[in-house]
Amino acid sequence: MSGLAAGIRLAHYDQRVCILERHYTIGGLNSFYRMNGRNYDVGLHAVTNYTPAGAKKGPLARLLRQLRFRWEDLELAPQRGSAIAFPGVRLRFNNEIELLRSEIAKAFPGQKNNFESLLRQLVDYDDLTQENFGGSARQFLSGIITDPLLVEMLLCPLMWYGNAREDDMDFGQFCIMFRSIYLEGFARPFKGVRLILKHLVKRYRALGGELKLRSGVARIQVDGDRAVGVVLDDGQELVAKRVLSSAGIIETLRLCEDTSTPEVARAGQLSFIESISILDQQPSDMGFPETIVFYNDCPQFHWRKPTSELCDTRTGVICSPNNYLYPAELGNLDDGVIRLTTIANHDLWNTLDDAEYRRQKMRWYDRSVASAVRFIPDFRCHTIDTDVFTPKTIRRFTCHDNGAVYGAPEKKLDGTTHLKNLFVCGTDQGFVGIVGAIVSGISMANMHCLREPN
Amino acid sequence: MTPADIRNEVVDILSDIAPDEDLSGLDDGKPFREQIELDSMDFLDIVMELRKRHRVQIPEEDYGQLASMASTVAYLEPKMRDL
Repeated sequence: MSGLAAGIRLAHYDQRVCILERHYTIGGLNSFYRMNGRNYDVGLHAVTNYTPAGAKKGPLARLLRQLRFRWEDLELAPQRGSAIAFPGVRLRFNNEIELLRSEIAKAFPGQKNNFESLLRQLVDYDDLTQENFGGSARQFLSGIITDPLLVEMLLCPLMWYGNAREDDMDFGQFCIMFRSIYLEGFARPFKGVRLILKHLVKRYRALGGELKLRSGVARIQVDGDRAVGVVLDDGQELVAKRVLSSAGIIETLRLCEDTSTPEVARAGQLSFIESISILDQQPSDMGFPETIVFYNDCPQFHWRKPTSELCDTRTGVICSPNNYLYPAELGNLDDGVIRLTTIANHDLWNTLDDAEYRRQKMRWYDRSVASAVRFIPDFRCHTIDTDVFTPKTIRRFTCHDNGAVYGAPEKKLDGTTHLKNLFVCGTDQGFVGIVGAIVSGISMANMHCLREPN
Repeated sequence: MTPADIRNEVVDILSDIAPDEDLSGLDDGKPFREQIELDSMDFLDIVMELRKRHRVQIPEEDYGQLASMASTVAYLEPKMRDL
């Protein structure tokens, strides 16, 4: 997705662009598939960073201007409302900060002013630099919010939707996520991620961009301090003036021929299983009207890879694509859908043989759903079909080490590498989600490929 | 191109970059930033569109000349006079 956005920018300004995709379909982690006659999204729970039509500030407005899209093109329907659920406390929030503010005032009256102070101290997207990006979000937050439970609850959705680091979060990543989730918000196109991808591909091709599917990059050819081209899996060579890679920072460096480059950063560890349950009715008809529920079953939020078991079901995210405010004329999705995400260990999933893999998928589907229905109405008797994907699936389709969904913990904000004309875009740049991926592609194209004449 | 043509062209570029902005009341003497919501990426687009449409090259050290409509037209006039 970041590659398509960069491709649009470059093709619009008359550069020759070729996008190479190893998979037979587009989208990477934000892709889609069809199974048993039903459409499924891979990554999408919500488009974050939602701002209404006419908004001029924020990443969504920026990406629309930069790609020359109209707000209407993305057909974004806002969320109905979401919640953070911990034992005994539930904080609701939606796309207006007022709701979260009043929920905090009710559940944590002593923290009302501290929350206002937190809002004032957040750094804006454009003011984040490699220098102020680091530092502990927990420490920052605990310095302002003095109730540890509220600290954990505020961190839970932010870590779930974009933290590549275990336990703690970079300060800059915290600011990005806080803005994109609490101050902007969630939305979804009725047709899901395929609508956004369709627009990106259509525009890219209309501008003369070339898109090659089933064309994995086997290695990046290097001459001195420059990348000179790429070699595809089938041996074909392509010469390039600049290379922009969305394969991830470590994965990209490994593709470079000059293998002397030390792998300074380690790959991310956080991966997930995601189960999709198809229901025989709309989730709201069985008492679940919320868009997304982030739950955690103890006062302390644990954000780390499980080491002894395949998954850790203490925390999870429940999302229903039905529960958005779609325009009345569209009605709602035909099927009721509940998606559930649970933290998982890539290596353990990867070592299972086929039969055991299938068996464990069923086992952890049951266990994760059993954990989730402590926080929302029990939907198990309404389930008519299910699918589960695992870290192994994510690894297969994204080629990211460990099936890491949010990339490596060390982010490279300016996208530069050891080679002068090789840059990274996508998740290892600090931006996450659909809007983040697109903005990342745009800004890397602008910064590194458009400033000097062709 | 006359200064009036250049001004029209810049307005056209701005309406392409920021279609929601009302550019009819633009004060040529005031900085764009005070009147329209433009960030640094949008400014780069003014430069890029001029390059794409008219092959006008604007080096990075001159970007400051594009602060207002009056300064932009004055800066572009010698470069676009013969187009």
